[in-house]
Amino acid sequence: MKFQIPIGPQHPALKEPISLRMTVEGEVIRDADLRLGYNHRGIEKLAEERTYLQNIYLTERICGICSHSHTTCFVQGVEALLEVVAPRRGQFLRYLVAELERVHSHLLWLGVAGHEAGFDSFFMYTWRDREVVMDILEMISGNRVHYAINTLGGVRRDIDEALRTKILDSLGILRARTDYYFKLGANEPSFVGRLAGVGRLSKEDALALCAVGPTARASGVAHDVRRDDPYGIYGEIPFEVCTADSCDVLGRTVVRIKELGQSYNIIEYLLRNLPDGPVAVKAPRRAKPGEVVSRDEAPRGENIHYIKANGSDKPERLKVRAPTLANYAATLARLKNGFIADIPLIFAAIDPCICCAERTVELIDGRSGRPTVVRWSDLRRRAARRAGRVSKKRNVECPL
Amino acid sequence: MSALKTLLYVFVYPGLVFMFVYSTFCEWFDRKVYARLQNRMGPTHTGRWGLLQPVADFFKLMAKEDIVPEKADKTMFTLLPIFGLAVVATAMLLLPVWHFNPAAGGFNSFSGDIIVLLYLLSLPTIIFFLAAWSSTNVFSTVGGTRVLTMFFGYEVPLFLAVLSPALLAGSWRLAEIARFFQAKPVLLLVNLPGFIVAVICVQAKLERTPFDIPHAETEIVGGTFTEFSGKKLAFFRLMTDVEMVVSSGLLATVFLGGFPGGLVLGFLQFIVKTLFVIFLLSLLRAATSRIRVDQVVSFAWGYLAPLAVVQLFFVILLKGFVL
Repeated sequence: MKFQIPIGPQHPALKEPISLRMTVEGEVIRDADLRLGYNHRGIEKLAEERTYLQNIYLTERICGICSHSHTTCFVQGVEALLEVVAPRRGQFLRYLVAELERVHSHLLWLGVAGHEAGFDSFFMYTWRDREVVMDILEMISGNRVHYAINTLGGVRRDIDEALRTKILDSLGILRARTDYYFKLGANEPSFVGRLAGVGRLSKEDALALCAVGPTARASGVAHDVRRDDPYGIYGEIPFEVCTADSCDVLGRTVVRIKELGQSYNIIEYLLRNLPDGPVAVKAPRRAKPGEVVSRDEAPRGENIHYIKANGSDKPERLKVRAPTLANYAATLARLKNGFIADIPLIFAAIDPCICCAERTVELIDGRSGRPTVVRWSDLRRRAARRAGRVSKKRNVECPL
Repeated sequence: MSALKTLLYVFVYPGLVFMFVYSTFCEWFDRKVYARLQNRMGPTHTGRWGLLQPVADFFKLMAKEDIVPEKADKTMFTLLPIFGLAVVATAMLLLPVWHFNPAAGGFNSFSGDIIVLLYLLSLPTIIFFLAAWSSTNVFSTVGGTRVLTMFFGYEVPLFLAVLSPALLAGSWRLAEIARFFQAKPVLLLVNLPGFIVAVICVQAKLERTPFDIPHAETEIVGGTFTEFSGKKLAFFRLMTDVEMVVSSGLLATVFLGGFPGGLVLGFLQFIVKTLFVIFLLSLLRAATSRIRVDQVVSFAWGYLAPLAVVQLFFVILLKGFVL
C-alpha cells in the first residue's frame, strides 16, 4: 500500500519550514518531492535599496548559524569592488571569527544529528560544550549569534592579550571534548548502527549533483574553497582538507569532527601569529560600475555572493547561492529507497539551513498547477480584501 | 474483615492510590536520573525537587481540550485509554506485595499468575496498535505498524527470560517463585543473563530509547499518540508509568528475590528493588540512540532470543543434574 507522508512544512524533525513529501510503501520511501518557499524574506530585493555598509548587517541576517560567512562573502566582494584591502590584523581577526563560527556550527550539527537519531545524551553534551565557543564569540564581538564584526575594509573590534590567552586556553577543553565525541560517535553501537550505510552518495553522484561542503567531502571529493581558491589569508595557513570515503551519514559525521580538529589548529595558528597594526582602513562609499563573484567556505560548504555595482553607493544586484541549495539535489537522490526512519538523518546530514536557501518563490495556482505572477499591488489588494472580510465577521478593528 | 482487607488491597496498597502516587514518583525518578546523566537539572519547580511535576502534568492534561478526529473510530478512540489503564492497574494487583494467606493464595495469587501477568503486560501493546489504527492519522498508522513489528521481536525473548526462573523454582506462582529464591539467594546469579535479556525487552515493551520507535518524534511526530490529547493522553501517559512499575515489579519478583519481610520491610524492598530496575532502564535510555524497527527485530532474534534459550537450557540442565 502506497501513501504519502508529509514531512513539513511543520514537523518536529525540521527546525525551519520546508516541505518534503514522501511516498512510502510500508517503511520504505519510493519517491521524494521537495517544496521550498515557506521562508522567503525578499532579502536580495531589500539589498538593492540599501547602501553597501547597511547591506553587511542585512546579509548577516540571511542565516542565524553561519551569519559571519555571509557577511565575509559579501564584504570580500564589496572590498574588491571598492578596491580596498583590509589590513593584515583585520583579516586575521575576520578569519578567526570565521573558524570559531565553523566550530560552533559543527558542534551544533553534531547535537542535531544526535537528536535526529534519538541520541539525546549526545545532543545535550555537544551543546553544553558549544557554549565554550559561544562565550569566546561573545567576548570577541559582544554577540552570540550575529557578531557584526565585519565592516568594509576590516573588522570593527580588536582583541587584547588577555582575550588571546583565554581563547588559547579554551582550545584545550574543546580539543579534549572533540576527541571524546570522535570516540563516542565512532563506537557507540546503536548510534553507528543508525548512521553507517545510510544515505549513500557515491563520488560520481556527488560530483554530478554538485554537492558541496562536508556532504561532498564525505563522498571523497576533496573540495574546499579555502584550499582550492584561497581567499584572504588562507593561502598561508597550513591545514588539511578532511575527507571520508564511506559516503554515508557516518562519513559526514566523521568529516565534521575531523574538521573541528583542523579548525582548532587554524585558530591556534591565527592567534600565535597575530600581527600588529590597525584592524580596519577607511573605505569609500561608492563603488565603480562592475561586478564581482565572491566565494567562501561556510561551515556547510561553498557560499557564493554575486554583486553588481552601478556607480552608486547601493548594489544594483545581489545574488546569494547558499550551500544548502547546492545540496538539495543530492539529498533527494539519497532519500529514495531509504527507510522512513532515515529521513531526518539524511536530511539533517547536509546541515540544512532553509532560510539561507530561500532566495526566490514561484507562485503556483492550486487548481491548474500553472505558475502565476502576482504583482505587489495585487497582494496589497488581496490583503485589504481579506482584512475587510475578517473584521466584519469577527467585529473587531483590524490593523491592516 | 476480609472484605475490608480486599478493599484496602484494591484501593490503597498496591491498588489505585499507591499505583497513582508511586507511578508518578517513578516517572519523576526516571526523568531526574535521565536528566542528571545528560548533565541537566530535570524537574525542579513543582513541589520539593520537582517531585510533583508528573502529577502536575497529569492534572494539566486532564484539564486540556479533548479533540477527537472526525474520521476516527470514536468508540475505540475513547475507550482504549480507559481500557489500557484498567489492564495495567489489574496487572498491578497480581504483584506479590502482601497477601491474605501466602500458602493458600487467593484472587491475587494463584498458580499461573505469572502467565496472567505477562498476558496483561502484552495487552497494552495491542491497545497502542488499536489506538493508533483507530485514529486514522498517517503518522499514527506508521507508528501502529511499528508497535506490532517490534512486538514480534521482543515478546518471545521476554517470555523465555521470565519463564526460566519459574522453571528453576518449579512453580507458576509469583509468590512461590519469590519464596524459592529467598530461600536460596545464590541461585539468583544463575538467572543473570535472563535478567539482562528481560531488562532490554522491558525497555522495548515500554517503548523507551533505544526502542522509542513507535513515537519517534523526529520521524513520525507523535507516532501512536499523534491524535490523542487531553484526558486520553493523560490516561495513556499514566498507563505507561504504571506499566513501568508493574514490569519492574515483575522483574524484581522473579530475578531479584521478591519482597519478603512483612508489610513494612516488604514495602521498602519493593521500593528499592523496583527503583533499581527503573534506574537500569534510565541508564539504558541515556546511553543509547534510537535504532530502526528492522534492527529491533534482527537484534531481538539474533541476540536476545538465543541468549534466553541458552539461559533456559542451562536452567533445565542445572535442575536435572544438580538440584
